[in-house]
Amino acid sequence: MKTVMEVRNIRKQFGGIVAVDDVSFDVREGEILGIIGPNGSGKSTLFNCILGQLQPTSGDVHLEGRKVTGIRPCDLNKLGVSRTFQLLQVFPQLTVRENLILAGQEHKGTMMRRLFGPRDAGLTGGANKMIEFFRLGHLADEKASGLSYGQQKLLDAAMAFMAGPRLVLLDEPAGGVNLTMLQSLRDRLKAMNTEQGATFVVIEHNMEFVMALCTRIVVLAEGRLIAEGDPATVRKNPKVIEAYLGH
Amino acid sequence: MRAFRKPAAILALLACLAFLLVAPQLFKPYGVFILSIWAVMTVAAIGLNLTLGYAGQVSLAQAAFVGVGAYITAWMTTHGWPFWTTYVLAFFVCFAVGWVLGYPALRVQHHYLAFVTLAFNTLLYLVFRNEEWLTNGIYGISNIPRPSVLGWSMNHPHNLYYFLLVHLVLISAATWLLIQSPWGRAFVAVRENPIRALSLGVDTRRYTLMAFAIGAGIGGLSGSLYAVLVQFIDPTPFALGATPTGSLSLLLMVVVGGSGYFFGPFLGAVVAVLLPEWLRFAQGYYLMAYAIFVIGLMVYCPTGLLGLLDRMFSGKKKPSTEIESPAKTAAEVAR
Repeated sequence: MKTVMEVRNIRKQFGGIVAVDDVSFDVREGEILGIIGPNGSGKSTLFNCILGQLQPTSGDVHLEGRKVTGIRPCDLNKLGVSRTFQLLQVFPQLTVRENLILAGQEHKGTMMRRLFGPRDAGLTGGANKMIEFFRLGHLADEKASGLSYGQQKLLDAAMAFMAGPRLVLLDEPAGGVNLTMLQSLRDRLKAMNTEQGATFVVIEHNMEFVMALCTRIVVLAEGRLIAEGDPATVRKNPKVIEAYLGH
Repeated sequence: MRAFRKPAAILALLACLAFLLVAPQLFKPYGVFILSIWAVMTVAAIGLNLTLGYAGQVSLAQAAFVGVGAYITAWMTTHGWPFWTTYVLAFFVCFAVGWVLGYPALRVQHHYLAFVTLAFNTLLYLVFRNEEWLTNGIYGISNIPRPSVLGWSMNHPHNLYYFLLVHLVLISAATWLLIQSPWGRAFVAVRENPIRALSLGVDTRRYTLMAFAIGAGIGGLSGSLYAVLVQFIDPTPFALGATPTGSLSLLLMVVVGGSGYFFGPFLGAVVAVLLPEWLRFAQGYYLMAYAIFVIGLMVYCPTGLLGLLDRMFSGKKKPSTEIESPAKTAAEVAR
């Protein structure tokens, strides 16, 4: 299987604290890779290092053979890597459709084209498809601030897919979402994976969600990678059990 | 209620435009002059609304750009250059200076950015006052000639008023197109959530600088028109406060009118330019009345006059039903 992203020996230090300690893994094409670990194990810091939000102390990230360590998040996004955040991040004053158009507009044409070209940057069709796919059709013209938390979460995920990325990193997509919405979200992510061949990396606390969604899992504890494998194997790994349950 | 909003807004807009067109027939020359000042200050506030209202970057330096534009036109036209050259130059010089001023905005935000821009305004004020070889210092530049368009002399106050009105309409139309374009959406994204915008490929650095530069450029246009209108330029109007053209007053126009609302600056300029005139009978008390009004507005409606209108016309929202009903249908769909 082709490797989409290689993460090599990422280390991040904040003063004397080592938040991420020499973590390496590959992301393979078409998989849903889960990153799990107890609170404070360095998952989000690792994400931020991979995505250029933080500069890693050492280590490299390669996207399809190209070194992308430390490049600006907007440039990385244009190379086909998109993300969602742990806390909900939509644009409340824009409508659902405009949120989606925004998520795609910077990937098309030049600054001049965006200034003098069509208002929707030719993305209304694509946005409507995405709205249909995430079952938000009845809300397309509502301001995002008028949506429920779960619907905003769906919109947040939809925005990450809008530009047709090669790789999507989701930071706790299930956090704070009720059961019905959770099923709907999992269902949509699965469909994205099987129908469109999208590759994912998912950070998640909800074990049930991870086990049902992911094809492979890496486990972090205290900043170190302690286990890697398919969900069934990882679940039985004594190191993982110890990390989660303590001694 | 919502269905009536758009036609009602268009009707109100047409009524205002009609009023502005017949206004010179209704007022004495002084009234026409005040309306002309209103048009010029609205242009400056439109520029600031772009920077502050849409892109969310606090700037207390707009008066400095109005000053730069005014001095460019004043100096050049009194040295024989045609108005139009100075007008275009005013835009581009202010655009460039605004771009440079945008760099601090990439590092500091909110109050800190206000301080940086405030310092910049003071700096330019000192340049206007002290560089006598260029600006003639506190004596200012007088006898600024007015242009004529297709044989129409702008020396007649009515002609001048319509000239300024046309500029106001054209500049607001251009700004409208700008904020309706994907750029406008990116500006709002930079205002609402720069980190998320960045992760969606929005080059927040470039858009922030653009918002500053274009806002400043429009400020420069306003200054150029101001010079033509008052025909005498000295440093005082381009300081921080105290005059209707000062930076604080421009900020007040944007905030009182409704920051981030397209027509906010128009209304804000009415409050800042016309209200003091109407309240003149109150003499020294007018500033108090004015201050109380503004404080009251900010307490009860921080989104400004247009925010207030918006709230009234959309009726008392019942947020619970509005949010829950779609949620229910989504849950049904999910099942």
